[in-house]
Amino acid sequence: MLGLNKKDAYLFLLVLALVVFAPFLLNPFPENSELAQFNAGYPDLMQRFLIFGIFAIGFNILFGLTGYLSFGHAAFLGVGSYAGVWMMKLLTMNVIPAIFMSVVFAGLFSLLVGYISLRRSGIYFSILTLAFAQMSFSLAYSVLTPITNGETGLQLALDDPRVLGVSQVDGSIPQANLFGIPMRESFELSLGGWLFTFNAGYYLCAVVMMVAFYVAVRIFRSPFGMMLRAVKSNQQRMNFTGLNSKPYTLAAFVISGMYAGLAGGLMVAMDPLAGAERMQWTASGEVVLMTILGGAGTLIGPVLGAGFIKYCENIFSKINDNILYGWFSGLPEGLADALVFVIHPFIGKGWHLTLGIMFMLIVIFLPGGIMEGLERIGRLFKRKPPSEDNAAAQASAAPAE
Amino acid sequence: MDAILLQILNGLDKGSAYALIALGLTLIFGTLGVVNFAHGALFMIGAFCAVTLSRLLSLSFTTIDPERTDFLGNPLKVETPYVEAWFGPETGAAIIDWSVPLAILFSIPIMALVGLFMERGLIKYFYKRPHADQILVTFGLAIVLQEIIKYFYGANPIPTPAPDAFAGSLDFGVLIGLDPNLIIYPYWRIVYFVFAMAIIGAVFAFLQFTTFGMVVRAGMADRQTVGLLGINIDKRFTFMFALAAVVAGLAGVMYAPINSPNYHMGMDFLVLSFVVVVVGGMGSLPGAVLAGFLLGILESFASMAQVVALLPGINQIIIYLVAIVILLTRPRGLMGRKGVMES
Repeated sequence: MLGLNKKDAYLFLLVLALVVFAPFLLNPFPENSELAQFNAGYPDLMQRFLIFGIFAIGFNILFGLTGYLSFGHAAFLGVGSYAGVWMMKLLTMNVIPAIFMSVVFAGLFSLLVGYISLRRSGIYFSILTLAFAQMSFSLAYSVLTPITNGETGLQLALDDPRVLGVSQVDGSIPQANLFGIPMRESFELSLGGWLFTFNAGYYLCAVVMMVAFYVAVRIFRSPFGMMLRAVKSNQQRMNFTGLNSKPYTLAAFVISGMYAGLAGGLMVAMDPLAGAERMQWTASGEVVLMTILGGAGTLIGPVLGAGFIKYCENIFSKINDNILYGWFSGLPEGLADALVFVIHPFIGKGWHLTLGIMFMLIVIFLPGGIMEGLERIGRLFKRKPPSEDNAAAQASAAPAE
Repeated sequence: MDAILLQILNGLDKGSAYALIALGLTLIFGTLGVVNFAHGALFMIGAFCAVTLSRLLSLSFTTIDPERTDFLGNPLKVETPYVEAWFGPETGAAIIDWSVPLAILFSIPIMALVGLFMERGLIKYFYKRPHADQILVTFGLAIVLQEIIKYFYGANPIPTPAPDAFAGSLDFGVLIGLDPNLIIYPYWRIVYFVFAMAIIGAVFAFLQFTTFGMVVRAGMADRQTVGLLGINIDKRFTFMFALAAVVAGLAGVMYAPINSPNYHMGMDFLVLSFVVVVVGGMGSLPGAVLAGFLLGILESFASMAQVVALLPGINQIIIYLVAIVILLTRPRGLMGRKGVMES
């Protein structure tokens, strides 16, 4: 189907089903129950799942296939966001030009950065990309303020020209839309105690993400993808056989930069503003984390990683001491106090602490991420001679240099 | 002339901090072959050692002075720090005043312990893992350390003043025969520079003139052979990691009066220190020091009003620009050795 082999087609259909029915799947608890706070089925969060999923898929094309660890990918997302907001300011509130120009600008910028950075490899490459990202972050904050609006962030204004659209509607800024369908528009379905929200913006993200995922699958299975894997396993040998690997790695870099720009453009389409903090190197670290957590070099891993982190971020930052006391109300008071005291540093504002610990645990114990974990669990239930499996696992968990 | 001199002086203190952090990074990289993204966090922990000590020293108890009254007519509550009660008011006040220099002594064992725990507890398991894994795990560790500090000390910068004796500024211009008030330089920055030079000198002397240092240098050149000669090189490298942690920590302690410590100061310095290490040449100790000072001074030149007027924003990006140019033209950095990180 669509040039995919059977296994990939099943995977694609699985992802498609998950994405389409996400508003149901992520809302397993009735609206008024205690557990409703664990629901993730509201548009803002679901959009973030998909957007960061796209970002991580793109990052994985570079890191998972070629092994080049870029610490500056957030810069492309930031450039994409700025380009997107400018399109909305200058042209029209239709999201198509905004997303398109985000991809184009991020692609051009990543071509420049990649052309220079890829002259070195290993840790030097990481530091070069880091330097570029920090440079664009500082510039966005200081000199480029006319373009980026500095610390405040770039926002829409009432007096923007919007030559193809209208500057304002009834004295307010028009909404982002897709040929007239506003991105904010939602259809709510109430079934028993459950409330499901179907949001136009979410389904736009879903379509874009499925296309992005499909392209990624094709890249993974193409001769081009094989070439990138060869770069990862032994670039020197590849060069000795007379192949110039630079065009391949550069292409991978630009593609992943365009994915980042696409994610930035979608962010703007959902919420038309852009700020420099999106480009900070900790933001780049976050996408690295998503990819590693899910499983670098696997197809679906980065999407899972992105979803997992964004979900945890949302839940952990929301929980506070009162909610904890609510949970532990059955316990004796002293014990409940002690438990809350222990858990307190990890929740609410302490979410980053949890993130850091999770990050370390994953890198230490499960370098292959969630996908490796699933594989290990799956192996427990299989009846194959263990030696063969171990060998295969070791081969697949080859170090990601 | 005076403007140039002023900028060189201004660059020295930041350059000293870069040089000290980069020195530690290079020590760790040269001995253990580990890329330590948590090194900035060590610098930050050092700065918070100073904060902690100054808080500990000014712990006080409250007594009620029946003789005096406050403006409401109630008996006045007097806060007396314990040190003043124990050592007498004058010595006590002096101890509190000198808390930052005292924190040097306080921080050395703490930083050494932190370094030991880090190496034995975590880094040890990552020698054979790829550099990407090392980067990632130490990056995670840096986030954790940073968040722990934030949890205990809050998110705001904590002013930690230098002793009163160093509070003023030196009119440096007068010393070399220029007009007064042309080159004003705070005393504490001079102290910082001298201190940094002393630390750097001590580390180099230690490596150059002691048997221990000789073994470590031999281990940096060829770890396996040194091991085959029956020397427990791992133990010595662990010690070097602790030493690097102490160096970063001391840099942080003394930096606290220059820039009030906050929980993300480590991350801010880390990126720049990595750039410094790369510019100096991975694995080269003199290169790290040289590049640290060079980049510090360069940064301060770039922030001169005339330069910024000519090239706006250059002060923000000059270090990265230099790093990019150096990496592309001299891939091994200024003083890089052959064969380091080139496999």
